[in-house]
Amino acid sequence: MDFDSTLLLLAILIPLFGGLTLLGFRNLSTSVVRLVALTGFTVPLLIAVWLYFMFVGAEQVDGYRFFTELDTGLSFFGINLTLGLNGISLPLFFLAGIVGLAAGIQALNSDAGRRQLYLSLLLIMQGGLMGTFASVDIFFFYFFHELALIPTFVMIGIWGGFGRRSAAIEMTIYLTLGAMLSLLGLILLYSASGIDSFNLIAIREYLASQPLSETVQSNIFGLLLFGFGILVSLFPFHSWAPRGYAAAPTAAAMLHAGVLKKFGLYGLVQIAYPLLPQGAEHWGTLLMWLALGNVVIIGLITMAQRDLKQMVGYSSVMHMGYCFLGLVTFDAIGVGGAVILMFGHGLSVALLFLLSTAVFHRTQTYDMKEMGGLATRTPILAGMFVAATFASIGLPGFANFWGEFAIFVSLWNYNPWALVAAATGIIISAIYGLRAVAWIFFGKPSEALEEHWKENKPFELRQGERLSATLLFSGLLIVGFFPRIFSDYVDMDLTPYFSSEPPAVVETASAAELESAEGSQGILVAGSTPIDLSAKGEVAR
Amino acid sequence: MNLEVFKTIADSNHWGLLLPEIYLVGLALVLLVFEMLFKRQDLLLIVRVAIWGQVLLLGLIALSYIEGFPTGTTEAFSGLLLQTPATEVMRIFFISGSLLVSFLGMTYLKKQDLPRTEFLSITMLVTVGMMILVQSSQFVLFFVALETVTVGFYVLVAYCRRSPFSLEAGLKFLILGALSSAILLFGIVFLYGVAGNPSLPGHVSDSLSFSQLASFIAQNPSNPMVLVGASLVLAGVAFKVGAFPFQIWIPDVYQGAPTPVTAFLAVSSKAAGVFVLMSLVRGPFAALDSFLVPLLSTVAVLTILFGNFTALPQRNVKRLMGLSGIAHAGYLLIGVVASMTVDWAVYAVVFYLITYLLASFGVFGVMIHVAGDDDSDQEVDHYEDLGQRQPFLAGVLTIGLASLAGIPPLGGFIGKLLLFIAAFQAGLYGLLAAAIIGVVLSIYYYFGWIREAVFRVWRSPEGNGSNSQAEAHPISVTRVETVTLGGLTALTIAIGLFPTLVDCLMGL
Repeated sequence: MDFDSTLLLLAILIPLFGGLTLLGFRNLSTSVVRLVALTGFTVPLLIAVWLYFMFVGAEQVDGYRFFTELDTGLSFFGINLTLGLNGISLPLFFLAGIVGLAAGIQALNSDAGRRQLYLSLLLIMQGGLMGTFASVDIFFFYFFHELALIPTFVMIGIWGGFGRRSAAIEMTIYLTLGAMLSLLGLILLYSASGIDSFNLIAIREYLASQPLSETVQSNIFGLLLFGFGILVSLFPFHSWAPRGYAAAPTAAAMLHAGVLKKFGLYGLVQIAYPLLPQGAEHWGTLLMWLALGNVVIIGLITMAQRDLKQMVGYSSVMHMGYCFLGLVTFDAIGVGGAVILMFGHGLSVALLFLLSTAVFHRTQTYDMKEMGGLATRTPILAGMFVAATFASIGLPGFANFWGEFAIFVSLWNYNPWALVAAATGIIISAIYGLRAVAWIFFGKPSEALEEHWKENKPFELRQGERLSATLLFSGLLIVGFFPRIFSDYVDMDLTPYFSSEPPAVVETASAAELESAEGSQGILVAGSTPIDLSAKGEVAR
Repeated sequence: MNLEVFKTIADSNHWGLLLPEIYLVGLALVLLVFEMLFKRQDLLLIVRVAIWGQVLLLGLIALSYIEGFPTGTTEAFSGLLLQTPATEVMRIFFISGSLLVSFLGMTYLKKQDLPRTEFLSITMLVTVGMMILVQSSQFVLFFVALETVTVGFYVLVAYCRRSPFSLEAGLKFLILGALSSAILLFGIVFLYGVAGNPSLPGHVSDSLSFSQLASFIAQNPSNPMVLVGASLVLAGVAFKVGAFPFQIWIPDVYQGAPTPVTAFLAVSSKAAGVFVLMSLVRGPFAALDSFLVPLLSTVAVLTILFGNFTALPQRNVKRLMGLSGIAHAGYLLIGVVASMTVDWAVYAVVFYLITYLLASFGVFGVMIHVAGDDDSDQEVDHYEDLGQRQPFLAGVLTIGLASLAGIPPLGGFIGKLLLFIAAFQAGLYGLLAAAIIGVVLSIYYYFGWIREAVFRVWRSPEGNGSNSQAEAHPISVTRVETVTLGGLTALTIAIGLFPTLVDCLMGL
């Protein structure tokens, strides 16, 4: 096991051990707790950054770099702890690092009671997240996801807001159903392939030579689609998400909505689509309609929200629809766009949850109609919030833009009418996003708020809040201006499994999309099209 | 029969194979002698002797495996006994179960001020019955062993004589248990009669022996008498397991029985039933698979659904454990059905039983501590704020229940995973669907219980309703109890994270 592979393992183990330490030893002094927690949150991000720079030159094992394999005692069933990163998992591994640190800083600066327990659960969640995206073995892929999921329930139950007890149970039941369905799908994949291995590489190689029959493929894909779909809040299985996020403590909501929810999409991109192409085709049309349901119906529901957290929760459900639409198109551009959007959305939704709590601390309410006039009192908070809203709408300059743009381009080839429906989503999200900004930051504060502010002057973003917001924000901007830092790798690993459109078609498609895409012709996600990045940046600005 | 025959029979009597059982019976008798010899204040000694005696037995067994776990099958007592690696594991399982029941009994009996010696002694004798039961490969021994277990349980269930609930449970268990024994016996007689019928092809001389019966049934798989007999035998065993439609006694008996006995019934008795069922359908009834697979599959589906649906609205935790135990019996039945086509499913079932033992005894251990004076009155509401009052017990409870619910990374998850893989390989897709529904339903009541214990409860500042109850029963946990419950919990987690045990089992 070489140095970089050890780092990959450490990125999982350090937060886990940190969490267990905090769980096991009570009455540690505050500074020790802070130190352990900060180490646990910072090390994964540092490792992610290091591995990113090592990525190009690293030795490959069947498309995976930093490959390592350990036996945990289930080798009878072909289950081994196999770790590695490829182009698809790299951005998400990175995402988990950034959001984890941001959520950790938020938690360290929050006023939650029993903070040691809170931090330890968050660290366990962080370890699970790093493990999910670094796993090559599909059993451990699932295992780490559940490891990250369990702390969420406890955190909602203990530190949650209004309605936490019922929200925690509802979420537990719903997500268990999703997890169980996807587990069944994964086991079925394992037993249908008949090679007695949960190793994704082995299954992939085997299925490449002996593809499954179409019926089997579509059955397995159906299980995986609905199992993962529930976890990603695919319409109409989304009802747990807004309620759960509204009740969850901020750090948990950031990690769950930002990173953990991407597990299902990641599973579809990494496992289901490459291995079961015919199954994907079979379910494609239905998935398109459901995804449009996410975009349009949930979009309209989001518009009707008055509660800030509910609105952010619903908007995150809505944006998942775009990711699904990217998958439906089944070509490298659309799927690549979905991966980039997963990255961008993870950062922007975490930022929005962070800032919503910050707003709450200054107004003591989540009801947006009761707020107002915060912009003059807390300009930095306002600026951050506006930027986060823009990112979430998908304006150029942020990572989300490139994701949605690529998805739209390939959606045009797939079904122009779907594109029309999906594009209305942009308008919808602009409406609710900007209206929320207007309600919260501009206009006159309500009388109750005026009263409240007489005694407690609204304070500007604190150091900790500022730090974690900046972290998330810089991630959004960097990928917004230089999407190629991830898109080349994503593309590299997607092209073998997804049909690449000939460049000519892409050009006509993007030309037709002139108005919504500001006339830029470069399809960044398709690395085959050479583009001048700096010119890209100009346009984006 | 002449002398030579007796001689050959006697030659196959390897008493050495039954040393653990003989040791346990001896220990049980020694306890009774101690009870006569010593005065009342020395009774603690008896408990210690009982517990350390069983620990020593486990240690001795472990020592005997120093040269490697037995991997072959041994037949002894002219075909009465059949020892396989799986039965070896089950014997250790039952001794561990007995040890844990004695341990829970120690806490419980002190709390309820009941005589201890008889309890411990009967527990061990019942355990010996179970150990013989899983090894038996002949119907007479099978029935005698099963009756030893059942009769012992009649006493244990009604052990708390002052409690009307316990007496009621004892009576119910007695009547229904006797009925099920009668059904079982009826089935055995049917098989005996039909297999010895000289007019049928392949009739055998010793139609009570499993192996000979198997050869007969293989030649007459559609004989109606065989089908009736097999169904009746399986029905009798299904009663012990608590499979639908023979589950109706479970909630009342589980609620009324003293909590350690409930644990004993829920874990060891159920394990014995499931294992016996599995050796029956893989042994004598193997040729009936086209009849048994649909039958048992239906039973499994109904058992899973019945257990989970009835447990949903349940507030009494003992009934909850009973009803959810029915659901677990259903999951295990999936393994039993799968074991007819997939050989390693036997070990999947055994592994599931082991994780079930670890998790259940943890939960029952917590229940004994939380319970008040009235043992049958244990509501979920009594667990409010356990996280504040006793964080340790709340942790044990949470891990135990989460493992029962099958949440990774705990042992229960690996157990369910293996059963599911086995069911996939056996092609039992309908059963899997039922199992998934069951698992999702079970989240509601298991997590509802965890929620009461761990999550804060909102109370109006003036209200002092349930606080007073909490203050009335300060819960104290001794060091031994901490070590034992903590050990069970740690094992549950360890098996989930490093299921090396699976590899050992599958290698057998």
